[in-house]
Amino acid sequence: MTWVLDHVDQLLSLSAYHLWLALLPLVLGLLIALPLGWVASRYYWARVILVPAAGLLYTIPSLALFVLMPLILGTLILDPLNVQIALTVYTVALLVRVVADALAAVPATVAAAATAMGYRPVGRFFAVDLPLALPVLLAGVRVATVSNISLVSVGSLIGVHGLGQALTEGFQRDNYAEIIAGIVLIVVLALAVDAVLVLVGRVLTPWARIGGRR
Amino acid sequence: MIEFQAVTKKYDDGTVAVDNLSLTIDAGRITVFVGPSGCGKTTSLRMINRMIDATSGTILLDGKDIRAQHPAELRRGIGYVIQHAGLFPHRTVLDNVATVPVLTGASKAVARKRAADLLERVGLPAELGKRYPAQLSGGQQQRVGVARALAADPPVLLMDEPFSAVDPIVRDGLQDELLRLQSDLGKTIVFVTHDIDEAIKLGDKVAVLRVGGRLAQYATPAELLAKPVDDFVASFVGRDRGYRALGFLSAQGVPIGPVATVALGAEVGQARAELDNGWAVVVDEAGRPLGWVSDQSLSIVEERVGRSDLVSGGSLFDVESGSLRTALDAALSSPAALGIAVDAAGAVVGGVVADTVLKALADARRTGEVPT
Amino acid sequence: MWEWLTNPDNWTKTFGTPGIPQRLAEHLQYTAVAVVIAALIAVPLGAYIGHTGRGGTFVVGMVNAFRALPELGLLILLALSMGVLLAFEAMTITLVLIAVPPMLAGTYAGIRNVDQSAVDAARGMGMREREVLVKVELPNALPLILGALRTATLQVIATASIAAFVSLGGLGRFVVDGLALREFDQMAGGAVLIAALAIVVELVLAGAQWLVVSPGLRAPRSRKRKATT
Repeated sequence: MTWVLDHVDQLLSLSAYHLWLALLPLVLGLLIALPLGWVASRYYWARVILVPAAGLLYTIPSLALFVLMPLILGTLILDPLNVQIALTVYTVALLVRVVADALAAVPATVAAAATAMGYRPVGRFFAVDLPLALPVLLAGVRVATVSNISLVSVGSLIGVHGLGQALTEGFQRDNYAEIIAGIVLIVVLALAVDAVLVLVGRVLTPWARIGGRR
Repeated sequence: MIEFQAVTKKYDDGTVAVDNLSLTIDAGRITVFVGPSGCGKTTSLRMINRMIDATSGTILLDGKDIRAQHPAELRRGIGYVIQHAGLFPHRTVLDNVATVPVLTGASKAVARKRAADLLERVGLPAELGKRYPAQLSGGQQQRVGVARALAADPPVLLMDEPFSAVDPIVRDGLQDELLRLQSDLGKTIVFVTHDIDEAIKLGDKVAVLRVGGRLAQYATPAELLAKPVDDFVASFVGRDRGYRALGFLSAQGVPIGPVATVALGAEVGQARAELDNGWAVVVDEAGRPLGWVSDQSLSIVEERVGRSDLVSGGSLFDVESGSLRTALDAALSSPAALGIAVDAAGAVVGGVVADTVLKALADARRTGEVPT
Repeated sequence: MWEWLTNPDNWTKTFGTPGIPQRLAEHLQYTAVAVVIAALIAVPLGAYIGHTGRGGTFVVGMVNAFRALPELGLLILLALSMGVLLAFEAMTITLVLIAVPPMLAGTYAGIRNVDQSAVDAARGMGMREREVLVKVELPNALPLILGALRTATLQVIATASIAAFVSLGGLGRFVVDGLALREFDQMAGGAVLIAALAIVVELVLAGAQWLVVSPGLRAPRSRKRKATT
C-alpha cells in the first residue's frame, strides 16, 4: 500500500495517458463507423462486404495488430500512434456491425412516416433514425470502450506505456502492489467511463424511461 | 369425460383466476370455454393437463383424479394445441409431428409414417414434411400443430385459442377442417376462444365465463342464443342474437313455392313472357341459378339474354341442409324479394318468401322446438 | 519480414529453439485446453440459469465486470503469485476466466431467446423438464451458444499470444523475442502468424457452426415466396 501512496502522481498521470490512448480511438472509430454502418444498413451489397470485412479485422488479436501497424504505416515501432490507430481499427470493426444493426432495427413504419412528412435522408438520419438507434448503439459503444481500455494495457508489451506499465514493471520487480494497483485502476477507469456512458444514454433517450417495464 | 369439481385457482397476490368452477365435459364432444379477458378460460384449460395446478378442488379425467399421475405422463395422453402452434424451429415438420410417439417409445420410422398420414389428414401436401416451420405460413403451422397433437391418438384434445392468430379467411377454413376431423375422429375436445361466433360455430356445448373466473352459463349454442341466463351473457353473445338463433332451426317445414325460370341465352320476348311479378331467375343447362332478369333490366337487352344482362342475386337456400336463417337470408337478400331454393346439386327447385319463414318460426315455437 | 517467414530454418527446430510449427502447436494447445474447460463450466451453468430464469441479472453484471479486467494484468498477477513453475496453470486459469463470461452470456441469451411457445408446447405434450432443456431449448439456442464459443475462442487466442511475456510458448514468443533482440522481422512474422491463426480458426469454426446448426434455424436470406395455405 505504501508503494501506491508514494507513487500516486505517477499512477494518476499514467491513468490520464491511458484514457487518452483508449478514448481518442473510440471517438474516431465511432465517427468513421457511423457513415459506414449507415451505408451497410441501407444497401444489401454494402452490408455483405462491410460486415464480414469488419468481422475479419476484429478477429486479429490485439498484439498482432499493434505490431503490424508500423509495418503498414511506416511509423516507428514504439510510437503510441500504432496503438491508437490499431484501436481505432478495432473500434470501427466492432461498431460498423452495431451501427448497421441498430439502424436496421428502427421500425420501418416510423422511418416511412418520417420520409412521408418530408424529411430528406440526411435530415431523417439525425432527427429520427439516430435517436431511435441510440440504445443499441450505446450498448455497442460501451463494449468498445471497456474493451479499448483493457487492450491499451497490452500496448505495454511493445513499449507503449499506459497503466500497463504498472503491470509489466510490477512483474519485473516482483512488486505485487504495483500490479494490483494497475489492475484496479484499469478496472475502475473502465467501470467509471461505462457509468458515464450509461448516464449519457439516459439523458439522450428520455422516452425509453417512460412507458414502464414490460 | 372430464369433470371439474369446485375448482379454484388463486394466485399469491390475491387474484382469483378461476372461482369454484364445476361442470362436466362430455366425452366425444367439442366443449368451448368462452369469455372476455380475465375470465379464466385459458387457466381452466391448462389445469386439465396440469400446466397449472388448482389451488383447491378436483379435476377428474375418466373418473380418475389427474393429480394421481405424474404430469408428464398425463400430458402424453392429452393433445395440446396453442395459439402460435409452438412448433420446434429446429426440427422438420415431419419430425415435429412425430414428437409424442417417439417420446412414448415408438420407433422413428413408425412415428414418421404416422406423421405423414396425419399431415394428409389435416389437409397438407406431403412435401411440406421436409420443410422447417419457419418456411410455413401461419395457417399451415396451425394445421401442423393440430397434426402434432393428434399423433399419439389421444382421446382428449386441448386447444387454446388455436385459430386466433390467423386471418379470418384462413380461420374459417381451419374451423371447417376441425369440424370435419371431429366427425371422423370423435375426440373429446376442449376449446378456448374469446370469439363468441367461433364458440357457437364449433361447440356442441359452450361454457361462458365471466371476469373473475365464475361460470355464467353452460349450455348448447341454441340455448345460449335463445335463453341467455342474464344480461352479461346476453350482451356477450352479442347483437343479432335472435337472427343467429335461427341458424339452429331446421328449415324442413318451410314450404317452397314456384319460381319463374328463364334459360340463359333465351330470346328477350320469350323471357318477358315468363316473368312472374316482374322477375325471373336465369339458369344454366344444369338448372343452376346465375342471376335475375326483371321488366326493367330486359328493356335494354337486344336479342338474347346474356350473362352481362343479369341482375346479381342474393344468397342461396339449400333445402336439404339449410336452416331458417339461410332461408330468411335468401329471401331478404334477393332483389326480387324471393329467395332461391336449391337442391344438393345446386339446381333451382323453387322460391321462398320471408313471410313463410317467419310463419315456420312461429310454428316451431308452438311445437316447442324453440326453447322458450 | 517475408524472408523471415519463408526461411526454412524458422520452420524447424534449430539448436533446440522451437520453430514455427512448435510454437503454433503450443498456441493451439493453450487455446484448446482453456476453451474446453471454459465450455464445461459455462454452458451447463448458462443453460441452467437460462432455463430456470433465476440469476439472470447476476450473469449480465458479471460478464460486464469481467470485460473490464485486463488480461495482461490477470496473467501477470497469477503467474507471479503461483510461481514460474506453475506458469502454464496460471495462464490456463487466466484464459478460462476470459473465456467463461462470453460463453456464459451467450448460452444464457441463447436459451432465453428460444421461442417460448415451442417450450410451452414441449411441456404440454409431456416432456419432462430435463427433456425440454436438452431436446428443445439447447438445439434452438445453438446458434447463439456457438457464436459465443467463437468469440471466446478468438479472445483466448489473442490472450494466449501474451503468454510469451511470462516465459511461456506460443506464437507470441516471436513477438516478445523479436522485440528483445531488436529483430523486427521476427516480430512482424510472429504478428502475421498470430493474425493468420485467428482468421483461420474463425473460418473453421464458422464452417462448423453452419454444419452443426439445424437448417430450420438459419435466418432467411431473401424473402422467398411462401406456399399459400
